[in-house]
Amino acid sequence: MPGSAFFSALEEIYPPERLLRRPAALAAYESDALTAFRVRPLAVVLAESQQEVIDTVRACYEHGVPFVARGSGTSLSGGSLPIEDGIVIALNRLNRILLVDPARRVAVVEPGVANLAVSQAAEPFGLYYAPDPSSQPICTIGGNVAFNSGGAHCLKYGMTTNHVLGLKVVLPDGEVVTLGGDSLESVGPDLVGLFVGSEGLFGIALEITLRLLPRPASFRTILAAYRSMKQAGEAVAAVVDSGLLPGAIEMMDALAIEAAEASVQAGYPEGAAAVLIVELEGEEAQVEAEFKTLVQVIEASGAYEVRVAQDVAQRARIWKGRKGAFSAVGRLSPDYVVQDGVVPRTRLGEAMAEIERLSKAYGLRVANVFHAGDGNLHPLILYDGREEGALERAEALAAEILAMCIDMGGSITGEHGVAIEKRAFLPKMYGEVDMDVMVELRESVDPKGIANRGKMLEVGPWRREG
Amino acid sequence: MIHCRTIEEVQEAVQAHRWVRLCGRGSKPALFGGASPDAETVCLSGLVGVERYDPAEYVFTAQAGTPLQVIEAMLAEEGQYLPVDAMFVERGGSLGGLVAANLAGPGRYRYGGVRDFLLGARFVDGRGRLVRGGGRVVKNAAGFDLARLMVGSMGLLAALVEVSFKVFPRPEAYGSVRARYDGLKGALAAMERLSRAQFDIDALDLAPEGFPSGRTWLWARMGGREEALAARLAAFLQALEEGPAEVDVAWDEEEARFWRDARELAWVEEGETVVKVPLTPKQALRLERGFAEAESCAPLGVRYGVAGNVAWLRFGHLPKEKMVELDERLAAMGLAGLVVMGEPGVRWLGEQGWRNVFFDRVKAVLDPEGRFV
Repeated sequence: MPGSAFFSALEEIYPPERLLRRPAALAAYESDALTAFRVRPLAVVLAESQQEVIDTVRACYEHGVPFVARGSGTSLSGGSLPIEDGIVIALNRLNRILLVDPARRVAVVEPGVANLAVSQAAEPFGLYYAPDPSSQPICTIGGNVAFNSGGAHCLKYGMTTNHVLGLKVVLPDGEVVTLGGDSLESVGPDLVGLFVGSEGLFGIALEITLRLLPRPASFRTILAAYRSMKQAGEAVAAVVDSGLLPGAIEMMDALAIEAAEASVQAGYPEGAAAVLIVELEGEEAQVEAEFKTLVQVIEASGAYEVRVAQDVAQRARIWKGRKGAFSAVGRLSPDYVVQDGVVPRTRLGEAMAEIERLSKAYGLRVANVFHAGDGNLHPLILYDGREEGALERAEALAAEILAMCIDMGGSITGEHGVAIEKRAFLPKMYGEVDMDVMVELRESVDPKGIANRGKMLEVGPWRREG
Repeated sequence: MIHCRTIEEVQEAVQAHRWVRLCGRGSKPALFGGASPDAETVCLSGLVGVERYDPAEYVFTAQAGTPLQVIEAMLAEEGQYLPVDAMFVERGGSLGGLVAANLAGPGRYRYGGVRDFLLGARFVDGRGRLVRGGGRVVKNAAGFDLARLMVGSMGLLAALVEVSFKVFPRPEAYGSVRARYDGLKGALAAMERLSRAQFDIDALDLAPEGFPSGRTWLWARMGGREEALAARLAAFLQALEEGPAEVDVAWDEEEARFWRDARELAWVEEGETVVKVPLTPKQALRLERGFAEAESCAPLGVRYGVAGNVAWLRFGHLPKEKMVELDERLAAMGLAGLVVMGEPGVRWLGEQGWRNVFFDRVKAVLDPEGRFV
């Protein structure tokens, strides 16, 4: 427990209204989107400037107080869960877009800027920011950087890391460094690449230089309904085999469709065991040529209904069901656990069959909404938290799904990160030496272990004695 | 020199020597490690072979010493390619060298460079440990991204032994627009405009004549479906407006040759020195002005690649004192340089921003004794 000297240091940085210590004020920060976990921090500071963040980190370092940086609190892996005996550095107010430069196609932003706000700022120049996590209207770039967030377009465009060119970072001991730059090219080791996805363990990004892309000139969106998941899975393989590179290939199963229909009435075909959404984007002549191939492939794939978006409104409608599916599942069940493991795309069908088997074995319903193009599953495991042992059963089921992902040569997380939720699984995905190196890196960069303590790496059985 | 054929041999070689200088297939002698005479050279070119390639996954895994030519041929057979557009393929470059030196060609403009397509890596660190970073799937956010850290690390952190890459379906056909401008300024302005227009451009380079740049050719490459290509190029030509003094479309061999020469640096004479300088399009004119005040170390020529995100500066033979001058000149302009062709010795020039406390702390873990030079 830090002494009064630490709080005096914070009081020198923040006026009382931005240094929260009363339980009622702290309650809002106890949890993030991984709602099964709650921890009350000692204090929350609402930073408004980069210097305040730097000063806070320095105070934490000096007094050995752990801190968690937090944006909008949308982490599904518990990334911004507070630390007992630690503070939360809230970054929402550090939300200036410092620069949008159309000539260089970059934007420089502070960490509290919402993902979607970057694209909105770039729009007048015909540009946009490609990574689009489902929470993009509210999730912040700082969190996206920390967790290497993804979205629906990762096969073609990559994840957050592929769109970050440079960073200004405060390390856990208060040192400020600049990584990368504002060019697409670089020399020297890719330190930006190491920092992105480090889940806050290497410090806090204060300024982020993002790559912007020209908005695609045209889109072609198709929705296909199938009587079985297997057929839909095979259709994904056929699309990829045909040499097309769609911007997005998304899939939903019957339960997810039911939820989406009840919630947003997207008008998906009735009775579908699975729907597939495929979207092509780019120059019109190219897209039209590719679309002919896509239609042929889909028609040959056994879909019982195929819809082609004829205009912007129809395209929006197709996407509405997909984007609304997550929150819609909330209507089906009081609680759910969501996983985001990855399997090789060619094993999607196998993975779906296994999830179905597990669902039956555990007696828990599982809705599936996923990024089929990159093999990124999103099983939503439904349970009722009021029922004794239900959460534990849901977690056990989730654990089996993650084990399956590892067995198939995939990953335990495609975009949500490890944080609290998947800490126990990281050593299953990587070997002992790999884990050692990660722990050593953490200790070297943050010798006091104060930056997002307890996330991603837990001192566990993989660590050798002494 | 120790020729390693297995990962165990790499581990042994690293552990057995106080200083280690890594080398691959010798395609980039200028990048050959530090001048320490006591260092043992550990050669990784014997680590050859594709471990796994599943075209339907768009992913392959191969040993680091595998020649890029082998990879290109393997992918081409399945109608795929590595959009990174690796440089020095014909000079015998290897996959590991591509990652360590981070040398992507003009084609990296469309979808990204080495860092964007590398999915995973295994490497031997300075303590001889075999470490794996990343994975073999196109999406992965688990753990620290140790694979990406290897990009551009130039053998200073670890010896790469295996890498996994994402690949894409190869465009069916290519065509390029070439447009001549009277000076660099006009070409840069056109390039900026085009780079944010709604064209799906695969590569966008400027090839000026002389230095400082005189007449400048803008080359823009488009790839895709054959049936759509002519219409797309026609639309592109229209977007060029009245600007260029001369403009036409290049096809087939002539077209392919330009881009092949760009990625192989075949427009440079043997024995000359080439320095890679990352920059932004806005810095191109500043770079040229910077050298105007320092004629004694000015380049003989330049190419601006990746829509003005990299300058390839061509020099004649550069003696040591000229190298020092060049180093100072680039530093004064706030730019970094990497000597990618020329005599071995000096690799880094100008302002190397990565040499900071974060790097030091990473190096302290992966190579605590400073074995790799």
